[in-house]
Amino acid sequence: MSLGFTTIYWRDMIRFVRFKTLLVSSLLQPALWLAFFGIAMSSNFDQMMSGIPVPPGVLTVDYLTFMAAGIIAMTTLFTSLFGGIVILFDKNWGLMREILASPMNRNHIIFGIGLSGVTKSFIQAIIIMVFGILIGAAFFAGFSPGEIVIGVIGILAFVGMFALGFLFLSAAIAITMESPEGLQGVVTLLTLPIFFTSNALYPIDALPDFLKTLAMYNPMTLLITGIRYFAIGPDFIAVGKHYQYTPSIVLISYFGLMVFTLLMFTLAWWRFKKAVVT
Amino acid sequence: MTGLAALNEQAIIRVENLEHSYGAFKAVDGISFSVKKGEIFSFLGPNGAGKSTAINVLITLLAKQKGEASVAGYDVTSDPQKVRESIGIVFQDITLDRDMTVWEILEFHGRLYNMPHDERKKRIDELLNLVQLEAKKDERTKNLSGGMKRRLEIARGLMTRPKVLFLDEPTIGLDPQTRMRMWEYIKGVNNEGTTIFLTTHYMDEADHLSDRISIIDQGKIVISGKPWELKNTLGQDLIYMETNDNEAAIRLLKDLPSVRDVKIKTKGFVLMVNVDGTKVLPVVIDMLRNAGIESSTINLKKPSMDDVFVFYTGKDLRDEPTGKTALLTMRPGGR
Repeated sequence: MSLGFTTIYWRDMIRFVRFKTLLVSSLLQPALWLAFFGIAMSSNFDQMMSGIPVPPGVLTVDYLTFMAAGIIAMTTLFTSLFGGIVILFDKNWGLMREILASPMNRNHIIFGIGLSGVTKSFIQAIIIMVFGILIGAAFFAGFSPGEIVIGVIGILAFVGMFALGFLFLSAAIAITMESPEGLQGVVTLLTLPIFFTSNALYPIDALPDFLKTLAMYNPMTLLITGIRYFAIGPDFIAVGKHYQYTPSIVLISYFGLMVFTLLMFTLAWWRFKKAVVT
Repeated sequence: MTGLAALNEQAIIRVENLEHSYGAFKAVDGISFSVKKGEIFSFLGPNGAGKSTAINVLITLLAKQKGEASVAGYDVTSDPQKVRESIGIVFQDITLDRDMTVWEILEFHGRLYNMPHDERKKRIDELLNLVQLEAKKDERTKNLSGGMKRRLEIARGLMTRPKVLFLDEPTIGLDPQTRMRMWEYIKGVNNEGTTIFLTTHYMDEADHLSDRISIIDQGKIVISGKPWELKNTLGQDLIYMETNDNEAAIRLLKDLPSVRDVKIKTKGFVLMVNVDGTKVLPVVIDMLRNAGIESSTINLKKPSMDDVFVFYTGKDLRDEPTGKTALLTMRPGGR
């Protein structure tokens, strides 16, 4: 098997580390979300929910813990959807020609960009987890060390698959687009509905039917289901709703993400095959 | 093996009736040519003549629309992968990642072409030495001068020891000294067996470097040949004259046996002569004086590539306003 994608990966990571402003902002941004939006919303919600009785024996988590999972997902979504922009820069600065005119299989470009995007998302997810726990999110509360390790691996597996899917989508858009402004427009248009028809910030049960259906199949909902299962547990109450995740729900969610990622890869593969860059 | 088969065997690039359009605009309009193994072949033409489009089809970045094209024996449409393995490319504009170091640029390229680690290391050292960038090895490319960047790109094009090296306007924007050195590199590479396909809009570059030149204009090849052959088509010498009665002078001179052709210019005319101009000139001056025509300006020169170009395309290469011709604006070569 050719390891061409490691070359693309290597280069993209060099750039990630060298681009100091991008590096710092991409690491700081999720922490800021959590610090400001998280704490603000959390203090409001927890006050509202305080009067609602909870069934005994069930773990109740505060809003900060609930939304920290959503912030991990949101950050992964943003980072991945914008991840393809490096392809657009390469294209516009003429750098893509060197790669496309080389004998390397074009799929390796997609894989390489995907892999470096996943690495970035892993770094961000870990930062949010650590920072979240520092400011009071009850992640892995009552877990044994072994369970924590499994939890982290599980979260990263979900984040990785989700990130790959959206990186492929982003790569497909980027190789088709002419300008960074265009990409930015499309990406912004995509992020809003994906973000708000998910269970990142609120339970989706109370949504109108149409939105609820969208939300159920939303890859972001599938991702957050996985994160909450691995970070909080299979059975808990948050924002007045009783969440119960069985292993099969979690598996189906992961399978859903895989299908999504596969579809997005096909899309990217098709766009790259057609790509003309001169 | 017949002579023809041997000739075909030698052709490392073969193009027949290649056409390429962008919408209604025909950028390449049915060109045919072949490049022999081991030669330096140039496309000489103004910006927008179709040079880069043709090159992009040959290096498989643009899908071929019409005609036949093969490089190193592989068809560009059915075997693009093999073509890509056989070629090296130096693009027209600088295509270096600003935030990568000189060494990283070459390392990345070597990896793209799947070169083994040891070979990569050896070749990078060799090439940095060749283009005199050893001291800049760990410098990011944004800190290099224009000439250094170009040298680095040429080194990159040579990383993989390609069978054919495509150089698209390789010395654009370089100072004369660096250009000369570039030419030496290019010749050196060619001497080691790499076929060079060059596009340029610098006459002197095409003249100095090429074994053969095709002049290309508006998507068509106007004429092809060795540099001296092209210049010889214009005659041995060119005599430019301005007189007080140009029409009468032309009538008088155009039937001289030594005069091959006369070109009318804004203020004067050019005699293209078949013989040594220094011998013809006194005769011409005598004839004009006897006919009562006063000449105010006389200029004798050998045909240059500029003249060849102007003659065959009817325009000056240097994107200057029309009316001024190469003959009237004799400047040392270069930009």
